[in-house]
Amino acid sequence: MESVFSALEPLLPRVAKPVQYIGGELNSTTKDWGEAAVRWALMYPDAYEVGLPNQGLMILYELLNEQPDVLAERAYAVWPDLEALMREHRVPHFTVEAHRPLDAFDVLGVSFATELCYTNLLTALDLAGIPLRAADRGDEHPLVVAGGHAVFNPEPIADFIDAAVLGDGEQAVLDITDMLRRGTQRTVGRAEVLTRLADIDGVYVPAFYNVSYRPDGHIESIVPNTSVAPERVTKRTTVDLDEWPYPKRPLVPMAETVHERMSVEIFRGCTRGCRFCQAGMITRPVRERSLAGIGEMVERGLEASGFTEVGLLSLSSADHSEIAEITKGLADRYEGTHTTLSLPSTRVDAFNIDLANEISRNGRRSGLTFAPEGGSERIRRVINKMVSEEDLIRTVSAAFAHGWRQVKLYFMCGLPTETDEDVLAIAGVAHRVIKAGRAASGRNDVRCTISIGGFVPKPHTPFQWAAQCDPDTVDDRLRKLRAAINTDRRLGRNIGMRYHDGKPALIEGLLSRGDRRVGRVIERVWRAGGRFDGWSEHFDYQHWTDAAAAELEPLGVSLAWFTTRARLKDEVLPWRHLDSGLDPDWLWDDWQDALAAREQDDCRWTPCFDCGVCPSTGTDIQVGPSGTVLIPLTPVSVAGD
Amino acid sequence: MPSGSDRGVAANPAPPTMAKVRVRFARRGRMRFASHRDVARSFERAVRRAALPVAHSHGFSPRPRLSWANPAPTGAASEAEYVEIGLTCPVAPPGLASALDAVLPEGIDVLEAIEIPLGAPALAELINASRWRLELPGVRPDELAAAVTALMAVGELVVERATKDGRRRVDVRAALVRVTFDEAITNEVIVDGPQPGVDGVVGHSDAARCAIMTAVVRQTIPAVRPDDVLAALVAVAGLRPPVPPMATRLAQGLLDDRGRLADPFGADRVTTSTGPAWSGAQPAPAVSDQHDAAS
Repeated sequence: MESVFSALEPLLPRVAKPVQYIGGELNSTTKDWGEAAVRWALMYPDAYEVGLPNQGLMILYELLNEQPDVLAERAYAVWPDLEALMREHRVPHFTVEAHRPLDAFDVLGVSFATELCYTNLLTALDLAGIPLRAADRGDEHPLVVAGGHAVFNPEPIADFIDAAVLGDGEQAVLDITDMLRRGTQRTVGRAEVLTRLADIDGVYVPAFYNVSYRPDGHIESIVPNTSVAPERVTKRTTVDLDEWPYPKRPLVPMAETVHERMSVEIFRGCTRGCRFCQAGMITRPVRERSLAGIGEMVERGLEASGFTEVGLLSLSSADHSEIAEITKGLADRYEGTHTTLSLPSTRVDAFNIDLANEISRNGRRSGLTFAPEGGSERIRRVINKMVSEEDLIRTVSAAFAHGWRQVKLYFMCGLPTETDEDVLAIAGVAHRVIKAGRAASGRNDVRCTISIGGFVPKPHTPFQWAAQCDPDTVDDRLRKLRAAINTDRRLGRNIGMRYHDGKPALIEGLLSRGDRRVGRVIERVWRAGGRFDGWSEHFDYQHWTDAAAAELEPLGVSLAWFTTRARLKDEVLPWRHLDSGLDPDWLWDDWQDALAAREQDDCRWTPCFDCGVCPSTGTDIQVGPSGTVLIPLTPVSVAGD
Repeated sequence: MPSGSDRGVAANPAPPTMAKVRVRFARRGRMRFASHRDVARSFERAVRRAALPVAHSHGFSPRPRLSWANPAPTGAASEAEYVEIGLTCPVAPPGLASALDAVLPEGIDVLEAIEIPLGAPALAELINASRWRLELPGVRPDELAAAVTALMAVGELVVERATKDGRRRVDVRAALVRVTFDEAITNEVIVDGPQPGVDGVVGHSDAARCAIMTAVVRQTIPAVRPDDVLAALVAVAGLRPPVPPMATRLAQGLLDDRGRLADPFGADRVTTSTGPAWSGAQPAPAVSDQHDAAS
């Protein structure tokens, strides 16, 4: 397959940051086209700087390329400046390694971490010359397969994809590859391949399901239209993380990206049960990577990459049953090597200052970040984020006493049952953090940054039935909060507040809980120029409200119907046929508990409360401790002396 | 500020710089689109992967001691980039060069390394001009020659460039020392140059319609870049290349009074080049059969 680089190269001097389009990353793989039996293009439909560090894509990329007869290359969204030049000069969308056109591959796998990348999928398909709608594709076109957290409700993009993979991708991509070894759409025909796809666990083929609607706009039923499609598609779960030590050789970009570190997923899943958190619900149960497995991945990854930072990733990293042994072991091992550790997601109550000291021992001490999510004790019970204010103040006091000067606190606005008072309580928390910080450090210049996101109800969570808060209310509460923070100028001047207006969150809400009718809105927005909706400088609210009015209202529904409307228990939700393992009755009961401000425990340390995941996925909570320690390594100089 | 014992780094004071090595490297092919920051980051990782005993700065965020001289702008290729590496113990330059080259991305190629005394003059004192080759696909050599002749005939030619700090004005004519262009070189490069797509330098199918010039440009503040030279040719003669021209820095050094560049490694060189040979972009000597458009 010919490279399109010679056509692309003259365009690159005319675009911003051309380095993102050249490929050639350390640890990337380019294989012989002719020798591959199955060829995957893996796309992250956002900017390269965001997409390159994505762990999911990196894992699948390495896993597929380890198969001798499989070729996998990567693609990222191109910015509008290059898109315009590519259209003008008829350059198709390409992969970054060998600059092969996307339409030449057998599969285009697209990973959706967020719904706001849906318009970028359409750009990529169109630039690649692949028909936007799956129904219009022929045997010569790639299969378009979506994955990632967003596709636990892929209905808004159901018309544009051939299939979606629910849950962990490691085994599913190998199963799909196996199926394609027996024949691709080019050899056995597209219809046959779709039928075989539907037979793979965790693979959902939207074309095999009919959705019917009632006159009032509600879904009447979602039923398979062929015997090969199961009534419900159940997510895939990778049981033993130690069997999947990926990435082994992380990609190291030339271009600057959002995370430049050796990331190791120390466990998958979370049972804290925060009710807003889709990731925590759909990735259950908890599966820990072993201490030895973590140690080996870090060692090999640092050697292969030259990174100076190790990120210990998970949904709540301090919750690993052996986090103290991991951080101390790594800090000992890399003492004196300018290697820093980071724990990107840390809970206040699982955090202690010994841990903080270990992670900053060998390098810089950046700010500490915590996510209380709700300002008042009441709203924290609603969302089941059981962090007490005393815990928070105790933790930040200790941090300030040990030399930290800045904490960042994440909150959400627009939560179910939320009132002005719940949001204004955030100001009180921030004031007390500054006071505690001054007392603990003996200095006046401590800082607290409040970062606030608009809440979006997500499928497969207890809040999937909730009415989303309208943007005007969110914006109004945040204005009041800013005023409340500044009521005491001596405290307020040390408090920063960051937030976005509530409009992108409303559109994210439409795309998160939408059904197949929302696909027309996405296409219309894209045709009107909608691109990169996750970027505030590109997001255009007017495009979305116009398109929603034009496409939804003739069908008797609307933007508000999909977002700010509360759902009833018997409503057929668009993702009813997609099984995340959670028992729908348990979810509903948890929703009722939320409305009553009743909290739920973490099943790692308390008895099972029957969310349904373990029996339905044949797995179990896997937590340590193993009682082992990491053995320090002596750094060896290769080229020295 | 926290006390020293709190900060961790103070417990491991960075060892001092005991030796210095200078490295000449090339930025070839696709890597011409990397910015200087991108290249600097990839070197910082490469010295770690090669396990070189690199000295680090002191303080809160220790950084490897790499110092850079006059990096080529993003989009331009180069056969003559320089970086100086501070080491905590001496390392034989040929071994350092090959170890570094092995771990750098393809297209960032280490050509030569030499050890220099700790008190040696700074790299910046050994460089005050560059020799650039500009390839203009779709432009006839006689068109280019006419434009260059027109440019060299004026006393001053100021072009404006947008930068992130606003607009900057540079006098291109004042910085241009000499320009040569030769059809023989044109044909030679087209015929013998590296493969298209591998290095990206050539790949223009129509040999007759690719004009090539070599320009010695004095280092000025702000610097005159290849883009500025092209803007000057547009301004003075209306030259409009149909596709973006391709610039390659062939050499840097100190200008002598005959307009030639003295190799910054000349005085300190004890070993020969360890990098891969690359015939297509060896610095072209200012030989007598070239037509000097000016001096």
